[in-house]
Amino acid sequence: MEHKVLISFEDVTLGYEGQPVIEGLNFTIEKGEYLCVLGQNGSGKSTMMKALLGFLSPMTGKIQRAPYLKKNAIGYLPQQQPSQADFPASVKEVVLSGCQAKKRFCPFYTKSDKELAARNMELMNITHLKDRSFRELSGGQKQRALLARALCAAEDLILLDEPTAGLDPVVTQELYALIERLNKEYGMTVIMISHDLTNTMQSATHILHLGRRMLYHGTVDAYDREKILSEERKAGA
Amino acid sequence: MEIVISLETLFSENMGPLLLKAFVVGLLTAICAAMLGVPLVLKRYSMIGDGLSHMGFCALAIAAAFGVSDDKQMLITMPLVVISAVVLLLLSESGKIKGDAAIAMLSTGAVAAGYVIYSVANKGAGDVCSSLFGTSILALKSTDVTLSVILAVGVILVFVLLFTKIFAVTFDNAFAKSAGTNASLYNVLLAVLTAVTIVVGMKMIGSIMISALIVFPALSAMRICKRFKSVIVVSALISAFNFTLGLVFSASIQFHFGHQVSALPIGPCVVCFNVFTLLLCIGVKAIADRVKGKKAVTKGENA
Repeated sequence: MEHKVLISFEDVTLGYEGQPVIEGLNFTIEKGEYLCVLGQNGSGKSTMMKALLGFLSPMTGKIQRAPYLKKNAIGYLPQQQPSQADFPASVKEVVLSGCQAKKRFCPFYTKSDKELAARNMELMNITHLKDRSFRELSGGQKQRALLARALCAAEDLILLDEPTAGLDPVVTQELYALIERLNKEYGMTVIMISHDLTNTMQSATHILHLGRRMLYHGTVDAYDREKILSEERKAGA
Repeated sequence: MEIVISLETLFSENMGPLLLKAFVVGLLTAICAAMLGVPLVLKRYSMIGDGLSHMGFCALAIAAAFGVSDDKQMLITMPLVVISAVVLLLLSESGKIKGDAAIAMLSTGAVAAGYVIYSVANKGAGDVCSSLFGTSILALKSTDVTLSVILAVGVILVFVLLFTKIFAVTFDNAFAKSAGTNASLYNVLLAVLTAVTIVVGMKMIGSIMISALIVFPALSAMRICKRFKSVIVVSALISAFNFTLGLVFSASIQFHFGHQVSALPIGPCVVCFNVFTLLLCIGVKAIADRVKGKKAVTKGENA
């Protein structure tokens, strides 16, 4: 595998209990990419994401990871969960919990964990909120705290699952700007699942469009929106 | 009816050692239940405690039907309740049955089966009542004391050594898994510890009452604390305090109906104190929020 390739899918079929959900996945994710994953509900987006995270093994085909990309080095930002709405935890506790990926067995957070958490809180502009309760934060602040946590777990790659769902337009723009900055300034590889085509087209470098199979994978510039959407409609019919 | 309050029983020579035994067993299981309750409530698993305690009733019925003596009945109840904890957790994790439906089925099914077994074994309503609402402290054996000490040491060690992991799987199971934490392992560990706590505690507190010790202190602590660590500590303290109150209350108050004397059972007393505490915490929270809201308003006006 080339050094720049982080993850490659070779003819991958994914599914549950012998039933394929999505077929014919053939693509690579390279270092420094900003890949946006598009597709309607039921298109296989979340199934593909589970495979990326290693929760699901392919039915056929092969998923390869660059050897230096450690097994759990993906910083994951899951969809918002209702159980977190009333969770009693300080922002600092939440961000620090991203650090537990790195250690085998250590009951406490080390000094370097705390420094990493502090750095990522600074990066996400939430240092002033660190002693606040997570449940008292606004939607945008919560997402920034969870993004800081993902950064504690990840060195090279973050995976965001509809990070702007339920946020107002202004906050959505701020979050996209932060993500773009992570990609452009810090060289973080970003994979983002999104419904929001217009906004992501502005900052993403690549697009992966799914609809029970791979409808498109390539650069944003070569993406012919109308053609893919008509294919998607045909596939859906 | 005449209400007699006397602290004599607390210090009488024959009741003293028994009360001390009850105090140790009850205090330790109340603390364990309250600590385990925090992740269970936050993970929306609080009904697990309820399902397991109903299963405990069924297990007690089976033990009684086989004529197992008091100090050996745990050999039957412990494995049954622990196994149902693991099965419940795996069922709800696999998504085949929704967690709340799985627990509702287990609860009602187990109580029905338990009552049938008690009837077939020709045990009276007294046995049913005492396994649901708790027996007299006279039934406690020294094995109960040993077990509750082991349990408490185990639970506290798990919470101290695995605190970061417990936080991670409670706050966000999916993220913890993606970060390489064996989330299922910690979930099973919490469920098994809960099962053991229920088995150790249900004899005195009652199988129906014990699940209250899991939810009430955790919910009270969540009202007044903002950090995960402080919620767990405060939950344990609230539970310990309420248990002590309940024990003293039930040991020192007697109702005289003519010649008939009846004492209050411990379990329901402890649960009632826990209900009062929760109401108090909700009240304190509401007042604190209102004061804060007023402050925010005046701040806004000044600005």
